[in-house]
Amino acid sequence: MRDGPMPGVPGAGVPAAPGRGGRLVGRSVPRREDPRLLTGRGRFVDDIALPGMLHAQFVRSTVANGVIEAIDLTAVHEVPGVVAAFTAGDLALSDIVAQLERPEPEFVETAMPVLARDRVRYVGEPVAIVIARDAYAAEDGLEAARVSYTVRQPVTSAAAALAADAPLVHEEAAHNTLVDVSLCATDGIDEVFAAADRVVRVDTRTGRQNALPLETRGAVAHWDDREEQLVVQTCTQVPHQVRTVAARCLRLAERAVRVVVPDMGGGFGQKSVVGREEIATAAAALRLRRPVKWIEDRKDALSASFLAREQHYDVRAAFDADGRILGIDADVVCDMGAYSCYPFTAGIEPLMASAELPGVYKVPAYRVRGRAVATNKAPTAPYRGVSRPQYVMVVERLFERAARELGLDPVEIRRRNVITDFPYTGVNGITYDPGSYLESLDLCARTLRDEGWYERRTAAAEEGRHLGIGYACFSERTGYGSAAFAQRRMAVVPGFDISEVRMDTSGAVTVTTGTMSHGQSHETTMAQIVADELGLDIGAVRLHQGDTDRITYGWGTFASRSITVGGSAVRLAAGKLGEKLRRIAADRWGIPWEETALGRGRVHRRGDPAVTIGYPELADLAYLRAHLLPKDIEPGLSATATFDVFNDGTFSNATHGVVVELDEGTGRVEILRYVCVEDCGVAINPQVVEGQCRGGIAQGIAGALFEQVTYDAQGEPSATSFLDYKVPTAHEIPEVTIHHLETPCAFSATGAKGAGEGGTIGAPAAVLNAVNDALRATGVELDRTPLTPETVHRALRGLPEPAA
Amino acid sequence: MTDTDTDAGTDSDTGADSLPVDSSPVIGRELQLITLEVNGEEYEVITEPRRTLVDILRHELRLTGTHVGCEHGVCGACTVLLDGRPVRACLMFAAQAEGAAIRTVESLSDGADGSELSDLQRAFRSHHGLQCGFCTPGFLMLAEGFLAERPQATKAEIREVVAANLCRCTGYQSIVEAIDSCAAARREGEEK
Ligand code: FES
Ligand code: FES
Repeated sequence: MRDGPMPGVPGAGVPAAPGRGGRLVGRSVPRREDPRLLTGRGRFVDDIALPGMLHAQFVRSTVANGVIEAIDLTAVHEVPGVVAAFTAGDLALSDIVAQLERPEPEFVETAMPVLARDRVRYVGEPVAIVIARDAYAAEDGLEAARVSYTVRQPVTSAAAALAADAPLVHEEAAHNTLVDVSLCATDGIDEVFAAADRVVRVDTRTGRQNALPLETRGAVAHWDDREEQLVVQTCTQVPHQVRTVAARCLRLAERAVRVVVPDMGGGFGQKSVVGREEIATAAAALRLRRPVKWIEDRKDALSASFLAREQHYDVRAAFDADGRILGIDADVVCDMGAYSCYPFTAGIEPLMASAELPGVYKVPAYRVRGRAVATNKAPTAPYRGVSRPQYVMVVERLFERAARELGLDPVEIRRRNVITDFPYTGVNGITYDPGSYLESLDLCARTLRDEGWYERRTAAAEEGRHLGIGYACFSERTGYGSAAFAQRRMAVVPGFDISEVRMDTSGAVTVTTGTMSHGQSHETTMAQIVADELGLDIGAVRLHQGDTDRITYGWGTFASRSITVGGSAVRLAAGKLGEKLRRIAADRWGIPWEETALGRGRVHRRGDPAVTIGYPELADLAYLRAHLLPKDIEPGLSATATFDVFNDGTFSNATHGVVVELDEGTGRVEILRYVCVEDCGVAINPQVVEGQCRGGIAQGIAGALFEQVTYDAQGEPSATSFLDYKVPTAHEIPEVTIHHLETPCAFSATGAKGAGEGGTIGAPAAVLNAVNDALRATGVELDRTPLTPETVHRALRGLPEPAA
Repeated sequence: MTDTDTDAGTDSDTGADSLPVDSSPVIGRELQLITLEVNGEEYEVITEPRRTLVDILRHELRLTGTHVGCEHGVCGACTVLLDGRPVRACLMFAAQAEGAAIRTVESLSDGADGSELSDLQRAFRSHHGLQCGFCTPGFLMLAEGFLAERPQATKAEIREVVAANLCRCTGYQSIVEAIDSCAAARREGEEK
């Protein structure tokens, strides 16, 4: 399973993965990013100050559903320091529209105006932009704004949105349904369920969460007269997509907009969509011909940015008497809030869940309906894992429940069902490349067993304490190329990446990527790849990312695509440059270039490593004495390569094992042990992978136990500060032990699979299963997150989950 | 979106004829002159009394290493040392810091160009105690203040202190380990 390429997989011609044989690849090289970030010399968006810069803030809707009757900004202009204030009417911008190429009623297109025009659809929706000489004056200006609304009854839950007489969030979307797709329906599935030995059902709800980068969103925009360009410096995961939307909304050519991304304080998906505020800020800067800065405050970030994850699953699974799964029948409803995000659309959550729900298991029959429903809440963006934390939780609950009903061990029932023969084409039509599903499950379970947790669980039960052990076994599709994204049928199809590698006259290298690091360490990992390919020190390689003028095109960073796709492009480009260096050297020696090879910073003759030419000398030829080059070699040293994935992508996988203890008095869930066995193929930098893993697990635990934005009947959000939105600290997040398995990807140029989201995906299921295991004696099973202490406390007294 | 790409964008209606040309304090506001000692240097700042310490550090003195994650005293990204003790710079007015010795992350490193990392900074680097780095200055100053006060701190005590600040990237373990290893190395150094 570990070696040999997958039969029939495209990408042939890509050189064999260097694997752990690389000098730098596979090692925990210290990060290039760290020195500046540790000394306070990073440059985040709020650190930017331009001469004459103004400061923007937004007048935001105070009602969840209403018609704007009047916007009176007269008093705003009187506030000392206020320079300007604009409404939608003043700026006359085009709307932001995200599209799926699906017919109605599978998809209903809706528009998100940059500033609300006549309707407001959630509390916090931007209605006007106020620009002042300092940030305090801008805040003062907001208070002077008068907006009157005719208030309408808001729709504050998916169930209410789907009710027959529900008010409509968008007039064009009947039943408030933006997406309604059935991606799979196996023939005869009803008969499968009718004939099954056992049918179990899970009805799950997950809370609305905030991805919560510690740095809020923000932008600094200015018009550059010399370049005839609007320059937007903004913390975004998708710089080119921001450029496209800014250009279209402002009716500029794309070359007249330059998006530059400074250091970023996290994103986790929230910054992978185009926000209205950065476009409005850019529009104000263009209008005023002055630099304008907007920095979102925490209150707005919590309540009025992009949220995620509020989903309802009603799922049945059929099993035979031996615990083999026969079929899954799923109904998925995602509460997407008021607008469809660009570029992914409101389909992002239901389509992800629908396509990939069967996960790591051999499910012979599958039927799914996935819906995106509009409500009067802040809109949603992809958030780390996108639906996978939810459906993995559902599927893992199904297996636990079936194990209980059939009297099987929870690990054993999974063992009987996980995919073990690869490549495996699932009932969902997706082909899974090799992974270590069974191995990770066995290693994780063995670790907890060897550590004596099962004995401790028994001993605790005898003392009347509530110890539980839970698992989650799952895979994570990464490296989505154009082909995989095309199946979603977005009007814009992400996937490929382009890289350019350039060597200067001193032999040092700069490399570009269309991906966008916001904590993932690309400056280090991409440099490791290039340095290995060309035999350079890591210090000789510098990465450029996040500048639409420097980078031909890019899809940014999301869906754990950066190392699989971006890293492959980087390696291929470096390989091309290496070939050019060899050709120049070969010409000097008068031999075919195939008889040369790359060494440490030099080209040498194959079979005679003593005969070498160093890169500086070759660079000297390529640039400064180009008259000596042969005719068929162009002066200069640069190479460009693209990479795309033409199959279904590559699947990382993991098993998480968790031990919890429930506090009888308070209902508090304490995590006593957390073990993660992960496999992301070749880890370019194992320390970075572990960091992604631990950080992801922390966010998964946050969703399982702590974080939720709720809304009252008027659509007022509950969470407007960190006092109401409980972000876990070092007090709540446990130590995590990580074991690595390595099943290299056969078609990425480095053997790497994505590693960004797995931690977040597995944690909620594992924690929830452990809590249910601890509740075993009570007969109560919990299926909703976050699991509050109140719910757990009630369950410990034998009381079921409150009705939804 | 309408697809009308023109190459201009030079909308002549700028409405900006009578704009002020700089961002100096707004006329008509109450102002005060305050003196701050930051990283061993004295600064005089004319400012509105309502401005917070973190705003003055970041936007007047341009010491942008100290960050803002919430402005309501929970995340700790704005942590600086005031006479050696960690404080939330978003929770105090700049004027309240007069007379105190303020230290920010910019003071931790050494060398002529300030690029020689301190032992604490090196520990964060070797333990991967930072990813995006936004929370990092706050954790560094928290740890710097805490370890000075309690060099004998156990790992469990360090975890308790780390729980004062928020990090969204790391899951905290590597931050705890970085501080613990720095403390241990300092203790070993003392013994020698
Ligand atoms: S910014 Fe001061 S505590 Fe968050
Ligand atoms: S490293 Fe990103 S918030 Fe801590």
